[in-house]
Amino acid sequence: MSALTYAKYETVRTLRNVRFTAFSLVFPLVLLVIVGGANRDEHNFLGTGISFALYYLVGMISWGAMMSVLSGGARIAPERQLGWVRQLRLTPLSPGNYLGTKVATGYLLALLTIVVLGGVAVIGLGVRMPLDGWTRMLVLVLIGLIPFAAMGIWFGHALSSESVGPVMGGTSALFALLGGSWGPITGNTGFVHDISQLIPSYWLVQAGQSAFTGQWWPAKGWLVIAAWSVVLVALAARAYQRDGERVAA
Amino acid sequence: MNRNHSAQPSPAPAIELRSLHRSYGSTHAVQGIDLTVSRGEIVALLGPNGAGKSTTIDMLLGLTRPDSGTVTLFGKTAHEAVTRGSVGAMLQTGGLIENLSVRELLTMMGSLYPHPRPVDDVLAVAGLQDVAGKRAAKLSGGQTQRVRFGIAMVSNPDLMVLDEPTASLDVLARHDFWQTMRAFAGTGKTVLFATHYLEEADEFADRIVLMAGGRIVADGSATQIKSVVNVRTIRATLPDVDSDALQALPGVAAADRRGESVVLTCNDSDATLRALLVAYPGAHDLEVRGAGLDEAFLQITGDGDTNDRDDMMNRQEASR
Repeated sequence: MSALTYAKYETVRTLRNVRFTAFSLVFPLVLLVIVGGANRDEHNFLGTGISFALYYLVGMISWGAMMSVLSGGARIAPERQLGWVRQLRLTPLSPGNYLGTKVATGYLLALLTIVVLGGVAVIGLGVRMPLDGWTRMLVLVLIGLIPFAAMGIWFGHALSSESVGPVMGGTSALFALLGGSWGPITGNTGFVHDISQLIPSYWLVQAGQSAFTGQWWPAKGWLVIAAWSVVLVALAARAYQRDGERVAA
Repeated sequence: MNRNHSAQPSPAPAIELRSLHRSYGSTHAVQGIDLTVSRGEIVALLGPNGAGKSTTIDMLLGLTRPDSGTVTLFGKTAHEAVTRGSVGAMLQTGGLIENLSVRELLTMMGSLYPHPRPVDDVLAVAGLQDVAGKRAAKLSGGQTQRVRFGIAMVSNPDLMVLDEPTASLDVLARHDFWQTMRAFAGTGKTVLFATHYLEEADEFADRIVLMAGGRIVADGSATQIKSVVNVRTIRATLPDVDSDALQALPGVAAADRRGESVVLTCNDSDATLRALLVAYPGAHDLEVRGAGLDEAFLQITGDGDTNDRDDMMNRQEASR
């Protein structure tokens, strides 16, 4: 008996799922190569002293990582519809381990996205960053993904397999846009800036940018991520429980 | 019937269901099921759609909570038995997850259990060696059912539960499936399967439990059950006899007058025929026909009329 074998095949299955890896890995990678590559000679983007390629890299990382953990949980929807969740209820696999594996594979996919995009940026686009910058970014991104991992589980339980794809695509696009993954949409002051600071993807992008700003989140960032995590984990737990009652009904 | 006769103190039965009830809204799907299945028995749960077979199976497996009553498998709760890998099940509906080969899928599922059956062994018994490397999405309907059977078997269970395993298969695949099942059951396993095909129950089970309207209406060997569901109709030209009088003849479940002729629906047509000719020598143009299983079920379930059904069961009991 080995939970590792189960996790291994979950991972294999995830990586072979072209529909999900396309969104979480291939799209951000292609954009990074095309857009980042076209602007590789811009070394002082918006007067920040940061190269465009680096700026764009952390945006794509935040977007790809967000899609990775979202899709990790969202895959529960088709498995429910297929009757696979019922089949798993006839095994010793506990619901906690089932959900845990989904979150873990989502995070693994996120790490893969970060490593591949980072590697391509370093090797192909000449991006350079000190090690502590990479480390800070990695730590904050992984924490900033928590609300999105919970959101994925919530979607996976609350939505049908037909609607989960479009809803996930729309939601992640909205969060990516408002958070600034695809480029800055606000200045550093003003009403829109104040609003965008209240959404978790803003801090996910800040997590990426911490690589070169050298700054950890301010208290506000921790608070926003914590608040969204609490709310989304509660929503995920409720959806899971309702779904369990339906399965057991 | 029980293939496990032994002198030792008998171990807990494979299945013990005690007064199970379950309603969905206003539908009383299961209305008090009591059933004991000894180890090694092969039991068919036979009944028309809506008889409560699937609900009973879901409760047996712990997938559905009964409103009242208890489920004990090998002396343990359903959840305990499932967790120990003592129970394998093939549910009525359910697909296979994508992006894994048959071998990978079986390895993954087997890894969850304490004492899994070797995957090569499962592939051999389920007849899956030729498709072991194929992805689930590329399998035929019959092959998919075999894989689902393989998944049910990979825990190396002592009890196998199958809910309408051949419902989606054509005749050939159905035949193949039961061949496979026979190979599995030959090793002294307990098997409970739901079906609405009398032929399947007859051919494969040593005991048939007949369900209708959420209750067990008959329980016995295939021969006994066939006499219940093998309803025949006797048609005769017999004017001027009250249908109530005909209904009172032995073996008659229902009597219908159609002009000059009468139609008797019988569960023991031989007895009816003898009595009919003695009582009414004037009866002529006699015609005896076997009714189909569907008609038999309709007869037993009495279109939901419980009295008719109970009545018929009582007659059946009496005529045994």
